[in-house]
Amino acid sequence: METVEQLRDRLLARFPGASVTVISNPSPSAQHSLLLDHAHAREIALYLRDEPALKFDQCSNVTGIDWPEKEITETTKVTVPDPAGGPPKVVAQTTKRREPGYLEVVYHLYSLALRQGPIILRLRTGNRADAVAVPSLTPVWRSCEFQEREVFDLFGVTFEGHPDLRRILMWDGFKDHPMRRDYAEPDDYEWEPTPHGDVLAKAKKHYPEKPAAEPAKEAKP
Amino acid sequence: MSDAAPAISQEERDELRRHGILLTSLEELYNWGRSHSVWPLNFGLACCAIEMIAASMARYDIARFGSEVFRPSPRQADLLIVSGTVTKKMAPQVVRLWNQMPEPKYCIAMGACAISGGPFKQGYNVLKGIDRFIPVDIYIPGCPPRPEALLHGLVQLQAKISGQAITGPDAPRHLRSDIECDCPVPEFGAHDLEPPQNPAVWTPPPSLVRPDKA
Repeated sequence: METVEQLRDRLLARFPGASVTVISNPSPSAQHSLLLDHAHAREIALYLRDEPALKFDQCSNVTGIDWPEKEITETTKVTVPDPAGGPPKVVAQTTKRREPGYLEVVYHLYSLALRQGPIILRLRTGNRADAVAVPSLTPVWRSCEFQEREVFDLFGVTFEGHPDLRRILMWDGFKDHPMRRDYAEPDDYEWEPTPHGDVLAKAKKHYPEKPAAEPAKEAKP
Repeated sequence: MSDAAPAISQEERDELRRHGILLTSLEELYNWGRSHSVWPLNFGLACCAIEMIAASMARYDIARFGSEVFRPSPRQADLLIVSGTVTKKMAPQVVRLWNQMPEPKYCIAMGACAISGGPFKQGYNVLKGIDRFIPVDIYIPGCPPRPEALLHGLVQLQAKISGQAITGPDAPRHLRSDIECDCPVPEFGAHDLEPPQNPAVWTPPPSLVRPDKA
């Protein structure tokens, strides 16, 4: 099978205006993935499915990732010339920048015809609040339908072009997205017979207040 | 039949029975009859239901205890076996089934999930015990409980039914007019079920809140 880099070059040659980026995976699994732009995602998916040399005819898994906003601290060493004429000093400069959060949808593709795979595609939303749309790949792989509904339900990503985008696990009037990292669950920890860890911290809010400490007895002579 | 002590004790009654003399009371006869034909609702929620099915089949044979008639309609059932995880999406349907069952009716919470949410209790979608919405008579721990445990729970339920007085303040629900038998069905709210529990049925047991851990 082609490597991810070869596949990226093939896609860039086929779709000149597209943006295809390799996201490398530094873990031992080394499952590198391809980040696609929204405008060409559907065409690229169709090409991956239908091109005789690729034939990725099965989408086995669709999942979501929540990347919250994070603060990145970078330390760079800068050489500062000494105004007094001495040797230049090396000063460490720390800069902080905020990386905005976004939601990510991950597709795992296999080729049953050519027995190869997986190829991993990623789509990213603009942010986590109002620009949460990505193009749906359900018209390309029918197996995405329920899994994209699940990502919509649990992460709040909306899929443009999905034939039936409704919640699938939670009820329709539910407002939250439980798999987001900032999800606040309902506080129903009022009865925890054997609390420990996180549950203990949540159960403590329901414990009765300690009785006021008795006044200290005078020391006996 | 009256609140006064019976004229003949249970030991004397058993002794007479060994000699072929049957003395009984209406209460005993009534409870004996209804405790030995408890018809469960044909209703399974998760993997505990597989054990419930196993208990009803040839090897464990729940028919020995008079409960083999699993009814497909709540209108004909006496016993609701909550066999498995109750998700928040499923909870209103379980309460609705309970309300559709005629009195006298009993509830067995089978397995860790039906009792407390079990291994999924920290999940966003799992109800932490069906006893938050309907009154539970017998709790069967286990994950899942073996069929023998379900049979034991059923025998315990029969003992509970046999011990019920049919008059007085401890009479079962269906012989009293002063208590409401229907449980309110929770609604789907924006973040949780509304209300999240039925305070008429369930309040946090104060003895389990340990002030020394506060």
